[in-house]
Amino acid sequence: MSCDESDVSAQRTTDAVARRSYGKLVAFLAARTKDVAAAEDALADAFASALADWPVNGCPSNPEAWLITVARRKMIDAARRRRSGEIASGQLQLLTEGLEVAAGETTIPDHRLALMFACAHPAIEPGIRSPLILQVVLGLDAKMIASAFLLSPAAMGKRLVRAKDKIHQARIPFSIPERKELPGRLEAVLDAIYAAFAEGWSDPGGTDIARRDLSAEAMFLGRLVTELMPREPEALGLLGLMLHTQARRRARRNAHGEYVPLSEQEPSLWDAQMIDEAEELLRRASGLGAIGRYQLEGALGSAHVYRRRTGQANWEAVVQLYDALLLVCASPVIAINRALALAEIHGPKAALEAMQEVAADPRLTEYQPYWAACAELMAKTGAYGEARDAYEVAIGLERDPAVRRFLQRRLSALPS
Amino acid sequence: MQYLLMLYVNQAGWSKLTPAEQEQGVAAYSAYTGALTKAGVLKGSNRLQPTTAATTVRMANGKAQVLDGPYVDSKEQLGGYYLIDVPDLDAAISWAARCPAASHGVVEVRPVWVM
Repeated sequence: MSCDESDVSAQRTTDAVARRSYGKLVAFLAARTKDVAAAEDALADAFASALADWPVNGCPSNPEAWLITVARRKMIDAARRRRSGEIASGQLQLLTEGLEVAAGETTIPDHRLALMFACAHPAIEPGIRSPLILQVVLGLDAKMIASAFLLSPAAMGKRLVRAKDKIHQARIPFSIPERKELPGRLEAVLDAIYAAFAEGWSDPGGTDIARRDLSAEAMFLGRLVTELMPREPEALGLLGLMLHTQARRRARRNAHGEYVPLSEQEPSLWDAQMIDEAEELLRRASGLGAIGRYQLEGALGSAHVYRRRTGQANWEAVVQLYDALLLVCASPVIAINRALALAEIHGPKAALEAMQEVAADPRLTEYQPYWAACAELMAKTGAYGEARDAYEVAIGLERDPAVRRFLQRRLSALPS
Repeated sequence: MQYLLMLYVNQAGWSKLTPAEQEQGVAAYSAYTGALTKAGVLKGSNRLQPTTAATTVRMANGKAQVLDGPYVDSKEQLGGYYLIDVPDLDAAISWAARCPAASHGVVEVRPVWVM
């Protein structure tokens, strides 16, 4: 790679390298020491040096190797400054050896998957796994991650630091788990990726740049996992699911910025290319003979596309998919969606009865879709008073102004 | 743990809305208040009169100084508050995000000083 000797071009090159290789460089630098924070600090210093050096001396032919060399030196300096004594010199030797070996290589080995497994290790608190992966694999800053996950930046910063300390202190391995424990461990990685996707998805208008980007970043991670583990059906399933969902992004809003539910979306606005890729991934996944949550959710995406494109009701199949999904991961959210599909076959009363089974779950009292679903079903049975109350709660719980207005329109359309 | 959610909004914005939009706005706030009540976290709330109704008082050199208007004059003004009791800041932030004011102004989340 070569470039002009200008600040702009150096900035562009570092941005491009950061986007493509940040996680690779962190994973490589931290693989030996397990000190993710130190690796990140050293890498940040190396990027800063690059911005000073490249405009003057030209961009190096191998920017990654350049950054690794500088970061390695910074890490060794930092370790020397920080520690003294026997243990420290042992660690220093380890660090130097590990990094020396690599300095001779022209391509940097890709340990990003191992890094993701470390971030989603059972010893790491589940709620922080997704932010941690976004930070150490993609280099997103804590402030942006905090906004996306609705946490205070200070709290997010602290939790990220604590998680990195844990990796370091507990010596959480940077490795791909053994076949025997792989399914559960991979699930944790996929869950963390999907959590990032879901946070990004909750900005349907695409107005909040931080959030919109998060869906794209999650898809990048999902793609990365499928590239590094091409024969894992659930990884393929997750990418398929995300593509199916992302394909409908534009159709969720009309020209006036108002919310459009799936049942009223214009299928021609869906991204056909993404849908095709999703279908292909799900087909590949099903050929690998191990069903799971993400493949089933992806299959639901397919079912919705099929129904809306052909106009042929397929609610029986949809309910069956939800039944299967409940078997692999029982969640009240799935039960609600199943009930809504059931309403299409057996009517709103049957659906409300089915919903009774999960109504006692305390997690639902603040879950907007539960109240919206209740309201809709109650309205269909003619229980307008109850429907009105449920809509009120749903409106009060909604964050998105467009969805709030949509629910308000539904409420005011109820016969009095 | 109690948190005060302070709603800062552009008070001039309200009069620019159509009656239908105002009605929708009021309904959104009342639904939000209802959801807080139903969740059992609401300790108190009020909407404030515009800052044109505000008076500031301070004692200077032993004498009272009384001024018309708000203490700080800025585009967004404190227009109301919710006092909520939730387990932690995360929960307070998630309620703040649902507040209609978060869409047309800002919501400041402040923990209450525990005596």
